[in-house]
Amino acid sequence: MSECVLKVSGLGKAFRKYRSEWQRIFSWFGISVTPAAEHWVLRGVSFSVASGEAVGIVGQNGAGKSTLLKLITGTLRATEGEVQIHGRIAAILELGMGFNPEFTGRQNVYHAAGLMGFSRKAIEHALPEIEAFAEIGGYFDQPMRTYSSGMQMRVAFAAVTAFRPEILIVDEALSVGDSYFQHKSFDRIRQFKEQGTSLLFVTHSMGDVQTLCDRVILLDKGQALRDGLPDEVVDYYNALIAEKENAKLTVEQLRQKNGWILTKSGTGEATLADFRLTDADSNQEVHLVRVGQRVILTAIVKIHADIPRLVLGYMLRDRMGHVVWGTNTWHTKQIVEDLRAGQVVEFKLLFTCTLGPGSYSFSPALVSTDTHLVNNYEWKDNALVFDVLNAGNPYFIGTSWLDAVFDINRRGMV
Amino acid sequence: MKDMLLSAWRYRYFILSSIQTEFRARFIRSRLGGLWMIIHPLAQAAIFALVLAEMMAARLPGLANNKFAYAIYLMSGMLAWSLFSEVINRCLTLFIDNGNLLKKIVFPRISLPLIVTGSALFNNLLLFMAIIVVFGLLGHAPGVQIAWVPLLMLVTLALALGIGLVLGVLNVFIRDVGQVVPVVLQLGFWFTPIVYAPNIVPEAFRPMLHMNPMTTIVQSYQNAMLFNTTPDFVGLGWLFPAILILLGGAFIMFRRASAEMVDVL
Repeated sequence: MSECVLKVSGLGKAFRKYRSEWQRIFSWFGISVTPAAEHWVLRGVSFSVASGEAVGIVGQNGAGKSTLLKLITGTLRATEGEVQIHGRIAAILELGMGFNPEFTGRQNVYHAAGLMGFSRKAIEHALPEIEAFAEIGGYFDQPMRTYSSGMQMRVAFAAVTAFRPEILIVDEALSVGDSYFQHKSFDRIRQFKEQGTSLLFVTHSMGDVQTLCDRVILLDKGQALRDGLPDEVVDYYNALIAEKENAKLTVEQLRQKNGWILTKSGTGEATLADFRLTDADSNQEVHLVRVGQRVILTAIVKIHADIPRLVLGYMLRDRMGHVVWGTNTWHTKQIVEDLRAGQVVEFKLLFTCTLGPGSYSFSPALVSTDTHLVNNYEWKDNALVFDVLNAGNPYFIGTSWLDAVFDINRRGMV
Repeated sequence: MKDMLLSAWRYRYFILSSIQTEFRARFIRSRLGGLWMIIHPLAQAAIFALVLAEMMAARLPGLANNKFAYAIYLMSGMLAWSLFSEVINRCLTLFIDNGNLLKKIVFPRISLPLIVTGSALFNNLLLFMAIIVVFGLLGHAPGVQIAWVPLLMLVTLALALGIGLVLGVLNVFIRDVGQVVPVVLQLGFWFTPIVYAPNIVPEAFRPMLHMNPMTTIVQSYQNAMLFNTTPDFVGLGWLFPAILILLGGAFIMFRRASAEMVDVL
């Protein structure tokens, strides 16, 4: 994990506009021309990736993710800063680029691998492996126009990953294909990682980011806004989406002693005064809950300004950041209306803990509709953390307790 | 320049297989496939021969005895011109056509013009062989001077690649170039003594004809293939350094431009 395979320092890319294209052409021949306009899509981005590390790159559309990837792979040239790469870089970006539909899978593999710079010998050597991995049988020697899109994807993926690169760029392209092949390709990527390949993931799926990445970089308006552990950056990203819609919103982040990251954002018309979990029978506050225990989640909300509507939403997440359950009072049709400054609203949520053993967190959100994008009064990621422990039930794994029973019958010899 | 050639060398396998692939692609789902590349210029020569033979044959110096002399004359010029125009036409849209590839995949960009050059050269060699066969059928036995043709092909190729690269790069930024060039090329065809002999051009215009570099080349082809005389060494001697400078300039321009090319594709 120590050796650095990718180092990006002060990277910036500007697209230049000239008053006339001829000025651009003169500029190649050493005549200095000041461009009419420079549009920076990426600026001052620096980070490094160690061998075997998986780094996620997230950001909204237009944040500069694609530009960054193109600069790293080298199809675009940086305006400033530099990218240092030690080893070969492969990208699963546009699977099937350069395939000719009239040619067979085999011929296209030769062509595509040639495009990656491999010699005929190397390709011939890897071909049986590629054919086996793609698992498309006799179709491998049929023209590609007869393939389904999934089959094309399989051949393309098999070809791109036939040779282990030092850096692998994975786009959302990977989410096509059937689930069998998806598992297979993720397995291969995981193997590469174990062998020391660094991964760069670009995705909008926060779930993927949290399961696959060791680190996440958040790009916004061409700058690396955050670079850190997945849960921290993902929560920040969610808060940032809200900020876009709510101008005077503030985002605070703080890592607690127990390792959970607390992200708070909101405009503050309504805030949580108290948020606690208590036992349904004894009314005692609990931080440790047994599987099957009846508990009440209480939220006391203070109103600081007149608001027409208030919706409380909950998100229950496991340690990996996966959402286990979530809903809000908009969906349950329990919207509180016409609130005045100074009022206090108490929400109680009674539930039976049917969660599996582990650590969980509640993230409440005070909003006005079904999403936090319209009005985000307050959003607190991981505001309440509790542990679930299994006492009394037989051992089980997973995040849910299903009250399932085995029914076993022994039959005689048939 | 050195690393450009070096990276092209590393991709030699890809370049060769792409040329092969391009050729093979023509045969898929087309009965005559790549033969069309030969049939087109030959058919064009045949049409000109049919229409203009009576008028032109008498004008060809020293060949009045062979009734197919004009057809042979035409084919010699066509051989040169088809190579020249194929390379220019394909280079012109080369980077635009491969825009997606350039944006998404990293490979030495110099491979693209090299693939075009290679496949055009291969087509032209096939056309050359076909023309020799046709010469035989028409009862014209080429002399030893025909051995100059491969060298002349290289000169044509270098000239066309130089012009084509410059135009291809310009076309990425200024798309009008792509519209203008075919017209200019058409004009160039008639400004080159392919269909007619230079002696039918009025005396006053002849120096203009010789300002066209293709005139020198086409006449050298005709010397080698028809008149069995040596190429126009004086003309080629002037042309050679000019082509080298053009080609060098084109490569420098291509190199400078390739950084920005992807930005606008």
